[in-house]
Amino acid sequence: MDKFRMIFQFFQSNQESFMNGICGIMALASTQMYSAFDFNCPCLPHYNLAYGLGILLVPPFILFLLGFVLNNNISMLAEEWRRPQGQRGKDPAVLRYMFCSMAQRAMIAPVVWVSVTLLDGKCITCAFCTSVPVETLGNASHPRLTQGEMQRVLARIPCKEIYNGQQLIANEVAVRYLRCISQALGWCFVLLMTTLAFLVRSLRPCFSQAAFLKSRYWSHYIDIERKLFDETCAEHARSFAKVCIQQFFEGMSMDLVAARCHLPRKAPADAGEAAEKLLGITDRGTMNMALKSWHRCKPALQLHPPALPTGNGWVGEGQPPMHPSTPRRETAAYYSWV
Amino acid sequence: MDRFRMIFQYFQSNSESVMNGICGLLALASVKMYTSFDFSCPCLPQYNMAYGLGIMFVPPVILFLCGLILNRQSLVMLEEWRRPQGRRKKDLAVIRYMCSSIMQRAMVAPVVWIVVTLLDGKCLICAFSGSMDPEKFVGFANVSTAQVQQLLAKVPCKDDELVRNSTSRKAVSRYLRCWSQALGWSILLILIIAAFLARWLRPCFNQATLLQVRHWSNYIDIEQKIFEETCCEHSRLFAHKCILHFFESMRQEIKLHSFTLPGEGKGAEGEEDFLWGITDQDQVNKLLKTWYYEKPPLDVS
Repeated sequence: MDKFRMIFQFFQSNQESFMNGICGIMALASTQMYSAFDFNCPCLPHYNLAYGLGILLVPPFILFLLGFVLNNNISMLAEEWRRPQGQRGKDPAVLRYMFCSMAQRAMIAPVVWVSVTLLDGKCITCAFCTSVPVETLGNASHPRLTQGEMQRVLARIPCKEIYNGQQLIANEVAVRYLRCISQALGWCFVLLMTTLAFLVRSLRPCFSQAAFLKSRYWSHYIDIERKLFDETCAEHARSFAKVCIQQFFEGMSMDLVAARCHLPRKAPADAGEAAEKLLGITDRGTMNMALKSWHRCKPALQLHPPALPTGNGWVGEGQPPMHPSTPRRETAAYYSWV
Repeated sequence: MDRFRMIFQYFQSNSESVMNGICGLLALASVKMYTSFDFSCPCLPQYNMAYGLGIMFVPPVILFLCGLILNRQSLVMLEEWRRPQGRRKKDLAVIRYMCSSIMQRAMVAPVVWIVVTLLDGKCLICAFSGSMDPEKFVGFANVSTAQVQQLLAKVPCKDDELVRNSTSRKAVSRYLRCWSQALGWSILLILIIAAFLARWLRPCFNQATLLQVRHWSNYIDIEQKIFEETCCEHSRLFAHKCILHFFESMRQEIKLHSFTLPGEGKGAEGEEDFLWGITDQDQVNKLLKTWYYEKPPLDVS
């Protein structure tokens, strides 16, 4: 158990840093996605707003869901939430704590995307170019256009190559104006998020520290218990498989002996471990039959109980109690045939 | 216990260096943020000042808050400040020491941003080009008042058609940049002198109190880490016991229902420990189902 204890301590102490690492990687991935994405404003009156706001808001939603999907603890939360009460009461505070800590980590990548998008300015320029105040920024001397015409001209602001309204309003002036608004919004958004994070983190010790310690302990406990249960089941499965396979080989060996009418040879006292490990199968034909039988007719998932205690086994064998399966095997062979 | 001792000595010696490392990373991050940020002055009379000063002062606030959030010791300090007195008296000097060390580390990144901004000059040029006195510059002296405001506001934008080749624009720009860089270097010099004096003169005042206060602030930090470690260890042992009890109760139930003779099953002690008397598929399925539908109570007495 020492090895498992060390592994679990490692996971426990590093579970938080592992999740923080995934969080950081997703934030970097979101900036990389943004710089790799080829933003292509349609420059048409009604499509600009939809495109710009879509690029601003849809990828963060995807990143948020991805943050939940990549978090291993989501299945633990769902299991704890849906399990029947049984003999152990459910604590909603623990569920809330688990959900909040997962949601906080999942929020980081979307916030990074929205900040980077706003600070870059292309999305807002594309989405709101038709709302630029032409009266204040444009040339007053230009003849009036109809509303539709004006919209079409302004919609082309993000596309410098096809912009034809230089006399109405200079392209650089409009782009600088929109970008200034976008960057101001971006910095305000980042400031707001940072202030919220600061308040959440600093108000907690002031108000609910005891409840927080309790929820944190029990959420870690649920996690460790689940891992330990999986480990115990794996150990059980290993022992089960070992005994099942030994019983299979014993069965094979007994069948072969019965088929050939050989007396069971008493293994010499100094045969050593090699003879024991051969499990009574000592030639190619026998081995091939054993393999074929394993494939065609796997044994039932049911272990035979030991027939008798090992008081009166082989005299000369002197099996130490640490290898209980070995005396059991030889005892079975002895009692089946003699 | 040896292992724990080594781990805690590591934490003791490295708590300060971890915090210094985070501080340094934030300072580098602030320089990187400034260089990758695409500064784009609006070049409009009412908007320049707001934009320029906003870029100079809003990111430092954000970096300061980030410095507080990322520093683990700020939580420790807050807990110590807000805890009920109980049986342990609170020492305000310790809380003050922790607070000042946290603030000093959190101030590094904002100061780096402001200094880099001033040394670069773009923010100040953007913010104060509209406040210049047009009489001092030849190209702007003979222009009407309304127009001069427009022209001055366009100084930060080199490529704007109105001021593209204007020597007066370059003059204004150079003038403002000179002031900006002088301010930047002065602030840097003052801060370095202040830090130097603080560090050299500190041992002259209250050294004994300082040693005590530093010791107890380290103590509070380590005590909290050890408490978390011990809780983890305890919850692992608790879970281990709980699962053992569960498997044992399953074994009892199976024994009860399968009418086996009491003498059997005593032979193979080693494997029995791992098999728990659960030796076929149905029993395993029942165990797993019971684990889900009826988790054992949290009671290992």
